[in-house]
Amino acid sequence: MMNSLLSWLQHVGQRTMKSAVRMGRGHIFLWHTLMAMGALKKEFSSLIKQLYEVGVLSSQLIVVSGLTVGMVLGLQGYNTLVDFGAEDALGQMVALSLVREMGPVITALLFAGRAGSALTAEIGLMKVTEQIPAMEMMAVDPYKKVIAPRFVAGIISMPFLAAMFSAVGVFGGYLVGVGMLGVDDGAFWSQMSSKVDLYADILNGVIKSVIFGIVAVWIAVYEGFNAVPTTAGVSRATTRTVVHTAFAVLGLDFILTALMFGGA
Amino acid sequence: MPELQQQNTTDLIVSMKDVSLSFGGRPILDGININIPRGKVTTIMGPSGTGKTTALRLISGQLMANSGEVVVDGKNIADLKRRDLYSLRKRMGMMFQSGALFTDLTVFENVAFPLREHTDLPEAMIRDIVVMKLQAVGLRGARELMPAELSGGMARRVALARAVALDPMMILYDEPFTGQDPITVGVIMQLIRKLNDSLGLTSVIVSHDVAEVSAISDCAYIISNGKVVESGSPQSLNHSESEWVQQFLNGRPDGPAKFHYPADDYAEDLLSQDVGL
Repeated sequence: MMNSLLSWLQHVGQRTMKSAVRMGRGHIFLWHTLMAMGALKKEFSSLIKQLYEVGVLSSQLIVVSGLTVGMVLGLQGYNTLVDFGAEDALGQMVALSLVREMGPVITALLFAGRAGSALTAEIGLMKVTEQIPAMEMMAVDPYKKVIAPRFVAGIISMPFLAAMFSAVGVFGGYLVGVGMLGVDDGAFWSQMSSKVDLYADILNGVIKSVIFGIVAVWIAVYEGFNAVPTTAGVSRATTRTVVHTAFAVLGLDFILTALMFGGA
Repeated sequence: MPELQQQNTTDLIVSMKDVSLSFGGRPILDGININIPRGKVTTIMGPSGTGKTTALRLISGQLMANSGEVVVDGKNIADLKRRDLYSLRKRMGMMFQSGALFTDLTVFENVAFPLREHTDLPEAMIRDIVVMKLQAVGLRGARELMPAELSGGMARRVALARAVALDPMMILYDEPFTGQDPITVGVIMQLIRKLNDSLGLTSVIVSHDVAEVSAISDCAYIISNGKVVESGSPQSLNHSESEWVQQFLNGRPDGPAKFHYPADDYAEDLLSQDVGL
């Protein structure tokens, strides 16, 4: 009994130590990345390329997902609101759900799956093919050349992608609510514009998407840079990127929601 | 004791003194002493997994020794700050086993990469330098190709052109001949020797291709189990009294380095009732 308790404690201790070491490494990595930002002027063309890779190439997935989610919200929202004779509030419900929660959260999860995993795999494969050691041997800092442009591109892209998701989602809700289910066109838009606040709702949504963007791209580039340089190592790092980002985004979303809307 | 150890220290570009390194408690290098003379082609030989590439990484400062001292061009690697280490690396080139070319850049851009990063040369001059370096390795006509379009041997030649782009004082070669056909091996051998002599470089080759490196090296070290077991000119190594060195140089399948991985008695193993597969 005593032995199994001790072994359990030892196991918990080891896991805690490992997590602490990982967190420490992650923060040192972030520090190096932030210190490398000064070189972005020189790496401007690389930043533009990464904005295209990370942002523009993710937009198709974001648009299709946003439209689908908005349509489903319109359908489900109508079925609930109509019981209370409040179907005119559909626009408000769809917009608030998207702007406050679903836009930033689902975009971050999709971003991790599409762009985050690609960043991890790309950087991990650069390690496997010895491109990063070669860069270091040529006295070129990989934090400046590889990490910083990708990190900044991810942070810039996320709020735009989240805004795109929410805007297309509202349009999806409109198509279903007004186009299919007969909700009044004017009521849909007027309820939305009167109840959605620029600062309390939209700005908080943007803040969330920026924070999720930082976390998602931080995890992605960290995992790629620290991947074991083998095919299995890169595969595991890519999986960790998606899983850790999902946990981090969902956990942070609760904290941010409590801080932003907790008392409202 | 190996004769290369007594060399005049002013002629040495690299000096490793009592260097030890272990990973996770497993010793990789165990108190090795290696001296690399300036202007020569020096080879570090030994079986796979014996610490040759680790020695190369210690010289380039990619790894730090647990104990001992690695001095390159008069500077102790362990004492260098990141900026100083990078400044030293600008005067070193390295050819990786895989070539390590940037896969999203053309051959031309790969060779131009260190020039663009470390110089403010005008584009016309960069072009001329790249063309000259590619001409030296025989790939001037391949400058518009992507790395995926190159054979393994061509990729290594491009890597060599990139390694000499900044006219370094020393080039480190990590297994330059592994997996190459005889013609490519011949081409790379000739290039290493020719570039070393014509550009006044120092070359350090890590390899287990005995015949090839013996033909182009001025001096050689043989490492086994993290220790230097023999050193001298390639010709003198052939007269080594060490049975292990003779086994390695002549590629004998059995000898001091056993063919069989350590195991229990064979007969006992066969007769054992244990079927825990």
